Amino acid sequence: MFKGVVTSRALLATGILLLVLLLLPPFIPRFYVYLVASIMVMGLLAMSLNLVVGFGGLYQFHHGAFYGVGAYALALMLTKSGLPQWLCFVGAPFVAALAGLIIGLICIRLNKLYFAMLQISLGSLLWALAFRWYDFTGGDDGIHAIPMPALVSSLTGSYYFVLVVFVLSIFALYLVTKSPFGGTLQAARDNPQRCEAVGVFVKRHQIIGIVVASFFAGVAGELFVVLEGSVFPDLLFWVLSLEILIMCLLGGWFTFAGPIVGAAIIVSMRTFVGIYTEYWTLILGVILALLIFFLPEGVWGYLLEKVGKKPSSYAAERGR
Amino acid sequence: MLRVEDLKVTFGDFKAVNGAFLEVEKGEIVAVIGPNGAGKTTLFNLITGHLRPVGGRVLFKGEDITGLPPYVICKKGIARSFQLLNIFPRLTVFENVQVAVLSQYNHSLNMLRPAKNMMVAETEAILKDVGLLDKADSIAGSFSHGDQKILEIAIALGNNPEFLILDEPTAGMSPEETAATMELVKRLAQERDLTLLFCEHDIDIVFSTADRIMVMQLGKTIVQGTPEAVHNNEQVQQAYLGGD
Repeated sequence: MFKGVVTSRALLATGILLLVLLLLPPFIPRFYVYLVASIMVMGLLAMSLNLVVGFGGLYQFHHGAFYGVGAYALALMLTKSGLPQWLCFVGAPFVAALAGLIIGLICIRLNKLYFAMLQISLGSLLWALAFRWYDFTGGDDGIHAIPMPALVSSLTGSYYFVLVVFVLSIFALYLVTKSPFGGTLQAARDNPQRCEAVGVFVKRHQIIGIVVASFFAGVAGELFVVLEGSVFPDLLFWVLSLEILIMCLLGGWFTFAGPIVGAAIIVSMRTFVGIYTEYWTLILGVILALLIFFLPEGVWGYLLEKVGKKPSSYAAERGR
Repeated sequence: MLRVEDLKVTFGDFKAVNGAFLEVEKGEIVAVIGPNGAGKTTLFNLITGHLRPVGGRVLFKGEDITGLPPYVICKKGIARSFQLLNIFPRLTVFENVQVAVLSQYNHSLNMLRPAKNMMVAETEAILKDVGLLDKADSIAGSFSHGDQKILEIAIALGNNPEFLILDEPTAGMSPEETAATMELVKRLAQERDLTLLFCEHDIDIVFSTADRIMVMQLGKTIVQGTPEAVHNNEQVQQAYLGGD
């Protein structure tokens, strides 16, 4: 069934990377364990966004909202519901998916930038809710000291939890992009009119894409809670959504692994360059400007092109 | 098989189609001709649901399909190609056709299986039929204009239609390409038992290909009949053929 879907070279590279990630924690300082785990959380979030932005061509400009909903859903269920903890973990991504469905159904009526603006407004409503509703969400203090299962109470424990969930989620997302659903989603991105003419209900397809992406954004939010043990309204703030969009752009929209490369670059930059100057975003801005001119396919897209894995169709289209 | 009755649509004050009539019998090849702006493409868009008429009816196999969305009409057995290039430029040639085949077999929403190994035989059969099989793995957007027009037809065939609408299948082609494409279209229609509706600017092609011809002017149907009947029709002579 999976014949020819994954090349042996890619499989080998993934295997080695996985092994390194598995063996890493005892050999590096705690700070780096935390950093790698953070990259995985942001990487999953960015990759879930890329399903609808890169593969779906939708202007999903407030994807962070679903990340925040996933994180808050888990935090609230753990602290207030009294449900078994495993049920909270299973349920939270579905809450994010439901938020994706509702916001998606409203936004899909509009196109492109209007879709984006409406989504930013609706997402900001959720942010306002988290920010203001002190009794329920803790307001701008957020929720702290969330009771966690013993399994993830240590940093090493949560690192491995993040790793396992990250790998499973990425595998699922990979399957989705390679499935008929994913292929049709890309076709709808390239040419919605033509896609309808071959019998695809394009808007329904796109909504399902948004729901899947929101689900995995919710999973990423959950991993954040596991790692940090707290939630706060910034998780839902639109600046974060912008940041993950930049990760996708930086790594490469039209590649599968691009967003995680982008996430690794940005999270590392914030951590290391941020030590020296609080204006690290200025450096990021310059890098971005250069990137758009010289590597329009993103860092990962550029590398794939160099090893000849992928014909540069997008660049050809842009007349390069 | 297809019946269009008094179809009308307006864009603002402009009556783009204002009383179109058309009848296509099963197995026929019917052409629509008319000067630029006569409403040919608009008529096709009305039939396939890309536009909603403000009046009139479209009947397909006796069923009223007026105003249904394109993806529903497609599943009823009407496929089309477009006048302006309308392919999936970033996908490979194979994937372009596969999208249609997957949709036809209701696999579009499947998320759990790799698409790469699905509907391969069906897709390759179509590519072989139109002569694009050796280019199956090329990115469609990098193709020559002529090959992209052929790919258009291949995508339409992916839905295994009974009724195929081709909107200027040879637009922008050289005379040699045009002749080859029309041969291909005729062969496909015969082999696949297709009923064909097309529009075309080249009058010679129309008269040598079509069983019947419908003539439009200013959004209205002037006449529909055999090539001779149309050729001898006085109104057509005046409006169109004898105009120059």
